[in-house]
Amino acid sequence: MYRYDEFDERFVRDRVTQFRDQVARRLDGSLTEDEFKPLRLKNGVYLQLHAYMLRIAVPYGTLSARQLRQLAVIGERYDRGYGHFTTRQNLQFNWPKLRDVPAILDLLADVEMHCIQTSGNCIRNVTADHFAGVAADELEDPRPVCELIRQWSSAHPEFSYLPRKFKIAVTGAQHDRAVIKAHDIGIRILKHPQSGEAGYEISVGGGLGRTPMIGKVVRDFLPKADLLAYLEAVMRVYNLEGRRDNKYKARVKILVHEIGTEEFRRRVEAEFALLDGPSVNADPEELARIASYFTPPAYEVLSQDSAALSVARAANPDFARWVDTNLTQHRVVGYTAVTISLKPVGLAPGDATSAQMRLVADLAERYSFDELRVTHAQNLVLPHVRKDDLFAIWQALVPAELATANLGLITDIIACPGLDYCALATARSIPIAQAIAHRFADAQRQAGIGELNIKISGCINACGHHHVGHIGILGLEKRGIESYQITIGGDATENAAIGEILGPGLPAEEVPDAIEAIVGVYESERQDGERFIETVRRVGLVPFKAAFRELTDAAA
Amino acid sequence: MSVAAKRPPLPAILLANDLLDGDVVFATTESDGVIGWTRDPGLALVAADDVAALRLEGFAAAELAAQHVVDAYLVDVELAAGGPVPRHFRERFKTLGPSNRPDLGKQAGEGIARRRSA
Repeated sequence: MYRYDEFDERFVRDRVTQFRDQVARRLDGSLTEDEFKPLRLKNGVYLQLHAYMLRIAVPYGTLSARQLRQLAVIGERYDRGYGHFTTRQNLQFNWPKLRDVPAILDLLADVEMHCIQTSGNCIRNVTADHFAGVAADELEDPRPVCELIRQWSSAHPEFSYLPRKFKIAVTGAQHDRAVIKAHDIGIRILKHPQSGEAGYEISVGGGLGRTPMIGKVVRDFLPKADLLAYLEAVMRVYNLEGRRDNKYKARVKILVHEIGTEEFRRRVEAEFALLDGPSVNADPEELARIASYFTPPAYEVLSQDSAALSVARAANPDFARWVDTNLTQHRVVGYTAVTISLKPVGLAPGDATSAQMRLVADLAERYSFDELRVTHAQNLVLPHVRKDDLFAIWQALVPAELATANLGLITDIIACPGLDYCALATARSIPIAQAIAHRFADAQRQAGIGELNIKISGCINACGHHHVGHIGILGLEKRGIESYQITIGGDATENAAIGEILGPGLPAEEVPDAIEAIVGVYESERQDGERFIETVRRVGLVPFKAAFRELTDAAA
Repeated sequence: MSVAAKRPPLPAILLANDLLDGDVVFATTESDGVIGWTRDPGLALVAADDVAALRLEGFAAAELAAQHVVDAYLVDVELAAGGPVPRHFRERFKTLGPSNRPDLGKQAGEGIARRRSA
């Protein structure tokens, strides 16, 4: 895990001091709200529906136990005893007071964390595959390059006032768990087909929001040494040519769409050719220094099978179901990655109390080399767990309501905060997620349905990634009431796709019935071993639309 | 941040977020007749005509300029037994707290007490 050096430390501390002064000037009236707003946003402070909100960066979703404990302390001392993990692998506190924010930033700096660039028209927190460094299908740990981009992009003078916010995601695996095609820039580590050299495939122009688009590959293979110069070329083209007259057309996806992928690529390559690469690209020594912080932990030599695990599984069906559902294959024999679901039925997806954070921190320290991850699907991960330790971990998770066995299932729902918190939202998300989770709470039924990702957003900004949900739900206002539009066929993986609308919007109370109808079509149409998304692709939308129409006609 | 340019239908109340803690506050009539802020939506001052609405708008502008509140705007309401209730669901949630957490916000009685005078 990366640790701050003296420059990082000073940079973060200076920003805390600077923001403390800005808050003081706001409170004494020296700064108006119009003057202060861009400053607070640069430090992750929003004004939401009921209170301020503070968004804390969790770079590439990696946390230490010490950091998670500090988040628990902040939640108790300055918030309401809980925090919310987001689809950008960040943590948000929903109730801080403005006057307390500098003190919170100090506590974060104590554990090498901050809120810098978690808002504003700049390069945001760089996200990554949450199984980085451990996934069996991974070519290379993407986190060193994420850290390099983080350092390069932090307070970058040329890219601090972009036309709009800018999001970068990186994966080093074949299977995309970082939703790279829905990011402004998506980076995939791959091997050159001829030389076998590791490099990057660069996609640009993905994004959700009111104009969802899948990113286009602009470079099939970029040598690793050229990364920063190439990113600089992409950013410069966007910064100069992205629209600033209309915020709804300002993202790079619109630029790529309007001028075309080929023309965008030509402009980037022209800019790239003009750059003095060696002066922009990272020094190989610095790259090696960063990479050294991500060397694998001191794994034990273990056998593939665990006798302790087998015994516990046989004796406890609930544990067996959790093992079957929430584990991910590890690259090291005898180890596994454990996903801790933050989606117990009836609670808000992604919320964790301070007590839960402390428990997970303890488990990470004891059983996972002091490391854990935040997933874009709003769960937590213990990335390096001995199979022998699984039962002890599960026993600790059960009383804390953290042992829900639903990873990737119909109740593992992504939901943005929606109108229950967010000032931008036009409808609620959390109660919809809760209602669907209640409807499909039966564990056997969930297992029978299999992999099915529901993603819910409370407005067109699509923080809940509804466009790329197998089933997507978009909350909108329609004639003064909350209305929910349903899409199916979206995909957040390497087969990224935007879902298609099934029909007219529904009132909130009819959404669970609509999901039931969609699942019913799937269950009647699917072939052996077929996942929901595969059935949708094979049979098309027609039977789903028909069932949906029956439902809406009956309600009319 | 300024008062919303377009006035909603009347009757209306004035709400804002407190500068220091972001909590939702409502313009109310203090005991001496001047306008102040309360955190209790049940005590919100209701403007039933243009004169009263203008008075609330003037108060909002002064309070925004004085850096006491942010995001002040008028909200149209229905008059109910417990006090004015916003017609739009967004503002109803804003006056209550998160609907998934009835233990939080004004619906849980948090901060329901008169505070600063204008």
